[in-house]
Amino acid sequence: MPQDVTVYITDRNGERHEVQAPTDMNMNIMELIRAYELAEEGTVGVCGGMAMCASCQCYVLNDVISLERNPDEEAMLWEAYHVKENSRLGCQIPITEAIDGLELEIAPEQ
Amino acid sequence: MIETDILIIGAGPTGLFAVFEAGLLQLKCHIIDALPQPGGQLAELYPKKPIFDIPGYPEVLAGDLVTNLMEQIKQFQPGFTLAETAETIDKLEDGTFIVTTNKGTKHHAKAVAIAGGLGTFEPRKPQLENISFYEEKGVEYFVKDPELFRDKRIVIAGGGDSALDWSIFLSNVASEVTLVHRRNEFRGALDSVEKVQELKKLGKINLITPAEVVAINGKDHVESIVLENEGVQQVFETDYFIPLFGLTPKLGAIANWGLEIEKNAIKVNNALDYQTNIDGIYAIGDVNIYPGKLKLILCGFHEATLMCQSVYNRINPGKKYVLKYTTVSGVDGFDGTRKEAEKAVVKSID
Repeated sequence: MPQDVTVYITDRNGERHEVQAPTDMNMNIMELIRAYELAEEGTVGVCGGMAMCASCQCYVLNDVISLERNPDEEAMLWEAYHVKENSRLGCQIPITEAIDGLELEIAPEQ
Repeated sequence: MIETDILIIGAGPTGLFAVFEAGLLQLKCHIIDALPQPGGQLAELYPKKPIFDIPGYPEVLAGDLVTNLMEQIKQFQPGFTLAETAETIDKLEDGTFIVTTNKGTKHHAKAVAIAGGLGTFEPRKPQLENISFYEEKGVEYFVKDPELFRDKRIVIAGGGDSALDWSIFLSNVASEVTLVHRRNEFRGALDSVEKVQELKKLGKINLITPAEVVAINGKDHVESIVLENEGVQQVFETDYFIPLFGLTPKLGAIANWGLEIEKNAIKVNNALDYQTNIDGIYAIGDVNIYPGKLKLILCGFHEATLMCQSVYNRINPGKKYVLKYTTVSGVDGFDGTRKEAEKAVVKSID
């Protein structure tokens, strides 16, 4: 059985949540935020996960994953607001065993 | 005043398909949409992306699905109020509604179906101090009527498909087209990027990258913009500034209509007909919420179908209705056309 991983997510009100994420559902961080309702419905994952809206922008707070962005993600973040060096799009971070212990903060609404 | 049976708010796939189901019941539809073209998210956000979960289509491009839906409903002659948003709703004593848009267009309908998806797509505006002053005075967030730019100097900003596509299109309309983007790379269909490259070489598009528009100048209308590139500023004369930085959805004025809202969506009675807490107002597709809701196009189609049946019963109380199959009864358009299955031939074979 694939193991769940643990992800720490600070919501837009500053509250930190420890959530369990399944690695066998082909999910990403944006979907995880929605599944646990860590942001108001309709404010995260607006484009459905196509790297086209930046509503799922997160700040990566530890070095569990690389800050390297894929080209679509990079292009979207160039046009988004509140972007920092450690910004990633949640929809472009797949949930795999490699992200166990990842710490994120959800960026403000666009 | 526009008169219709069902006023549909939102021209996405659910709203478009509702026209077909309504047409089968001889109900006339009119659609309002904030965008200048029908299709909703499919046309605006991802027209060239494939969808794999439309029943009967192993794969269909979002833009093609919209084209097909428009073809499917054309015999029912839906009316469209495009590039306007529904602002206010008034319920009359006889149970009908008047919906007025932000431009003052009035629609009188026997029922209202909100198929607004994620909400009204509003342009993402660049964070420039005085930009709201110049809106409709030289700053345009959509290209609604290309003729507005005939023989004018325009500056388009953005790095996506709409910035590329409109630069290409308007290079034959405007006297001067300048495309400004924060980066050297564009994110669009390869053929669009190549076309812009070609037009740049021909001198038909002036490409300025990497650069950003940081200010707008002009007395009563845009006269120039200020471009910044690596700290160096340059004043650039233009008649129009068209920032195309994508769209962001907002539930908008509908949120103030007295409808029950939960999680940014409109609560409906899914056990019956997707009616809201206001009798005669329905919500279908991604805009509604009920226990077990799935935001899928195919669910929107189903919801649209049940909504139409309910409206039929509402408009024709007491009238008996029997569900008909298009394969058997064919489809009678409001335009006088008729589609039907070929009749079988009864003939003996010698």
